[in-house]
Amino acid sequence: MRVLMFGWEFPPHISGGLGTACYGLTRGMSHIPGLEVTFVVPKAWGDEDQSFLQLVAAENFPVKRKYIEMWGFLKQMTFLEVHSRLMPYMSPEEYEKAGRRSLSGTRIFFNTEQAGNLKFTGTYGPDLFQEIANYALMAGIIAEERDFEIIHAHDWLAFPAGIAAKEATGKPLVIHVHATEFDRSGGKVNPGVFEIEKRGMEIADMIIAVSNLTRQTIIEKYGIHPEKVITVYNAVEPEEKHDVSSLRKMANEKIVTFLGRITMQKGPEYFIEAANKVLKKSNNVRFVMAGSGDMFPRMIKRAASLGIADRFHFTGFLRGRDVNQMFLMSDLYVMPSVSEPFGISPLEAMRSNVPVIISYQSGVSEILRHVVKVDFWDIDAMADAIYGLLHYNALSEMFKKRGKDEVNNLKWETSALKVKKVYDRVLSAS
Amino acid sequence: MKKTICLYFQVHQPFRFRRYRFFDIGESEYYYDDYVNESAIKKIASRCYLPANRMMLELIKKYEGQFKITFSISGIALDLFELYAPEVLDSFRNLAGTGHVEFLAEAHAHSLVSLADSDEFRFQVTEHSKRIESLFGARPKVFRNTELIYSDEIGNRVADMGFAGILSEGARHILGWKSPNYLYYNASHPRLKVLLRNFRLSDDLAFRFSRQSWKEWPLTADKYAYWLKKLNRKDELVNIFLDYETFGENHKAESGIFDFFKALPEKIFKNRDFEFATPSMIISSMQPVGPISVPYPVSWTDEERDLSAWLGNDMQNEAFNKLFGLRSLVRKTSDNKILTDWYNLQTSDHFYFMSTKVFTDEEVHKYYNPYESPYDAFINYMNILSDFTQRLKEAAGAEELSMVRMERILMDKDKQIESLQKIIDELKENKKAVIGPVGISRKGEDASRNVMLEET
Repeated sequence: MRVLMFGWEFPPHISGGLGTACYGLTRGMSHIPGLEVTFVVPKAWGDEDQSFLQLVAAENFPVKRKYIEMWGFLKQMTFLEVHSRLMPYMSPEEYEKAGRRSLSGTRIFFNTEQAGNLKFTGTYGPDLFQEIANYALMAGIIAEERDFEIIHAHDWLAFPAGIAAKEATGKPLVIHVHATEFDRSGGKVNPGVFEIEKRGMEIADMIIAVSNLTRQTIIEKYGIHPEKVITVYNAVEPEEKHDVSSLRKMANEKIVTFLGRITMQKGPEYFIEAANKVLKKSNNVRFVMAGSGDMFPRMIKRAASLGIADRFHFTGFLRGRDVNQMFLMSDLYVMPSVSEPFGISPLEAMRSNVPVIISYQSGVSEILRHVVKVDFWDIDAMADAIYGLLHYNALSEMFKKRGKDEVNNLKWETSALKVKKVYDRVLSAS
Repeated sequence: MKKTICLYFQVHQPFRFRRYRFFDIGESEYYYDDYVNESAIKKIASRCYLPANRMMLELIKKYEGQFKITFSISGIALDLFELYAPEVLDSFRNLAGTGHVEFLAEAHAHSLVSLADSDEFRFQVTEHSKRIESLFGARPKVFRNTELIYSDEIGNRVADMGFAGILSEGARHILGWKSPNYLYYNASHPRLKVLLRNFRLSDDLAFRFSRQSWKEWPLTADKYAYWLKKLNRKDELVNIFLDYETFGENHKAESGIFDFFKALPEKIFKNRDFEFATPSMIISSMQPVGPISVPYPVSWTDEERDLSAWLGNDMQNEAFNKLFGLRSLVRKTSDNKILTDWYNLQTSDHFYFMSTKVFTDEEVHKYYNPYESPYDAFINYMNILSDFTQRLKEAAGAEELSMVRMERILMDKDKQIESLQKIIDELKENKKAVIGPVGISRKGEDASRNVMLEET
């Protein structure tokens, strides 16, 4: 069975959990005999791990004029750019830039190179909608020129590509929802994104959700029939060998870490408030907030006004090795997400022997047992769990041991098999 | 040969702790959820204890003493009844008044103390026995340990306390080929008789009665009486040991458990081969068939019938060791509030809530568990224990201080006595040295007068 898969990013060039999940899943799928995956991204950098799949960059395909008129749907979509300035996963620098620029209305036109190639930045910049449209256009072309049985598209950025491929070839489409606009926006749903998501869900033959939480959102907020939505949980890659030589750690101090985008979705403010409660009672602990995002300035101000800035530290955005380093230094990892479709980072922490506190409002809480679960808003419970894990050694020791076992049992191969079952179902129906 | 049926019911409820956060440590010394404790005990009283006691009283009267039952009530449950449901105590007193009900001894706090500290164990058993005697008029002769926990060693200690018998679980791994349906004795203390629970016939009632997926459902009194009749002809004793909450709580009244039980004695008496007896009657009349050897503790809980429900993971062991490590400090204080908390912290339920077996044996372990997870239970317990330890150290410190003061006063007095003794001795010497009765006596009188003056 050959799968044409559309995603927006692929490691090592990632901005969040989506790329990691795509990597893990396709790697898991490579263990299934007879399953062949072609992964299409807008832009390839050349250093991606292609040992187990074929990575295709849309920008390397020449565009022929005849396709351009075909995509009425795309016109509709690019139109959205006129009244939206939506950049869901921008780096702070990009955000800064975008904030200073006023956007004027745009018209549809594709800038091609001399050879007829469309250029992509492959990031989440201000021209995102244009890029999505370009990507979809290319997807249709790529689909026509390739042989495959099924299309699989990850998240809304790649839904138009998936739809285009389906419309061009008539092959069945599976879409994979890693997050919805409701999770990202914290309630202020962008109608343009919502429209793309809903359309993708409606056109898809089958929908994979990363948790029951997300599945419920798809059914309730997008009005999709429950039978069409199947939950397949994410997993985590086995631990890599780390270089721990440069590890610095205070002997008698514990470190409690928050790691993620500093946005409303991730609940950073609850972490600060809980930290404040813990710091009132114990002085051998430090809190670290690693990441960047639009709430960053507010969080710094809050830490200062609480008078805990000497014990509450910000690292900015961490990447790759630094993330591992951060986990290795941590005694406790907290994910207080307000709305987290899945949440791979707690699994990474547990894999590094770090006990974990997560919110009930995360998809991963549906499968984890050896963690403390609290409601994101319940600062008292969160603070209490932090204190307990720092002071009662029997607890943290149990978490390390059992947590690691638990995470080691979450294998991408298992998720891949479930995805394969979804393919089988779709193909037997069509 | 006549078979004896021993019906024994365990009555216990714990004091449930309130949500106690770490920032309460040192700030609040009240650990209990009054609302939950009161409402839980009242609910269980009205669904289970009161109607079940009424039913038992009727049955005893109906069969004119032929029907006999046995209870043990934990000291913690007695505390709860006294506080929130005194009418339950009255109904137990009525049952005791019939003379056909036996009450057993246990460790006051429904505690795992038998595994921790033999002095504290003896102390709590004595406390509980005194209380049972004052409530129900008879000093218990037979002992039943918390959760039916038993080993040869625990048996020894119980025998040393003067008990004639003990109840335990007829676990497969201790019985081997033997049958629980005989009386046994402790391997090294033959005077201590051991009654072993018939877990199949007991669990048919305790767990399976209302389970509709059970192939024997619905269980009728006829069927159960038939199972009893079907037992091996040579069997002498059938020990049916249950949580009393089996009636109306674990199986709701709608399941028919009360009707089943009301009908049961009649069905059993139809067969002339059966009689009911209480443990102390059995011990005095029945001959044990042999010793039972239990090198490692057994209990009546979970498939394993061991201690793993309470001491099966690192958290439980940590909490247990930290708690019982405080024993010597506790015995230095006389503060009643501290003693009450000390007992309530020991109740086995708190350790049960920390069991990670909830992940595998969910159904049973979820029952009445107020916590989201064993981790949650552990954190709450340890917060309370931290505060308790702090208070205890302060109180013990204060008492120690007053002890030091007391000792100083005693020492001063001793010195005074010593110096006075010296004077007396000197005077006695003088008495020997001087000859002549008149002079001596006068001198002696003067001397003793001087002494008295000095003293005042």
